[in-house]
Amino acid sequence: MKDLLYSSILLAMVMATAGCSDTPERSLPILGNREVVNGDTVYPTVQAFSFVDQDSQTVNNASFDGEAYVVDFFFIHCPTICPKVKVQCKRIYDRFLDNPHVLLLSHSIDVRNDTVAALHRYAEKLEIKTAKWHLVTGSEDEIYGMGDDYFSVARKDTTLPGGFDHSGRLILVDKNRHVRSFCDGTDPKEVDRFMDDIDLLLKEQYSPKK
Amino acid sequence: MLKRLLLLLLPLVLLQCDANTYPDGAAAYKAYCAGCHVEGGTGLGTLIPPVAGSDYMAANLKKLPCIIRYGLKDTIVVNGVVYSEEMVGIPQLNDVDITNLLNYIQHEWGAQDHHYTLGDVRQLLSECGE
Repeated sequence: MKDLLYSSILLAMVMATAGCSDTPERSLPILGNREVVNGDTVYPTVQAFSFVDQDSQTVNNASFDGEAYVVDFFFIHCPTICPKVKVQCKRIYDRFLDNPHVLLLSHSIDVRNDTVAALHRYAEKLEIKTAKWHLVTGSEDEIYGMGDDYFSVARKDTTLPGGFDHSGRLILVDKNRHVRSFCDGTDPKEVDRFMDDIDLLLKEQYSPKK
Repeated sequence: MLKRLLLLLLPLVLLQCDANTYPDGAAAYKAYCAGCHVEGGTGLGTLIPPVAGSDYMAANLKKLPCIIRYGLKDTIVVNGVVYSEEMVGIPQLNDVDITNLLNYIQHEWGAQDHHYTLGDVRQLLSECGE
């Protein structure tokens, strides 16, 4: 019995030491220009928005209240990068399907063609649940106006195939409306790293503190 | 003596075991196709059709070189599912690349493992070109 006690103590000590020697864990920065107001550091937050999703429901900041979400810009009749980005978004969707703290928000930048009905059909083809992944449309100015907050390009350009210019970037927003990570959504390896970042954020914001 | 012979034969056996018969086609698939049709060739939902086990491809072997080069705007039915999104052509791939790519896809996922020669592909491309 004494032996067991000693070995347990020894084991506990080894484990404690192992804990000490761990390198400090990587943490995600808050992206964007911070300001100092009255001695307090203020981080940029995503502005207030209100759009309509594939089920004709209003989607605004409150829709993501307390949860993290992944943002991108796309349009349905996009022949070039959008299908690749959607393949990667679907990977993220599948991986975090059972985690209520991760949602997805895709903005259509083709407000003329991508009506609610068109988005609804598109969502059916993607085989996704609206509550998890909102495909939204809204006023053109408001949608294009979100680009800066999400460090993304979203604008019309008739010289390009499809008629729009947009980055295939994915952006991770935390529950406090801070942008925490982004990646090139056309590159599966980048998206692997991005999903690790999502895990890290979940650990930071949703794991019980020790 | 027998042992030495076996030892000599070993590398040959190992080479035979290399499953990747079409490395150039595999590389082209990865670079130009896998982004949408996915690494395993399964496509995405009912948005992007599969290239693995596709009855449409088996029935349209002669159209495939042109589809790869010039894209596809028609609505098609693959394994009973309707697909209506446009596929863009891939003009970067030359005749040899397309031949390698098609043979890789056929070998990897085709129903009949149809083999294309460069001559076949050139002939088929000439029928749909400008």
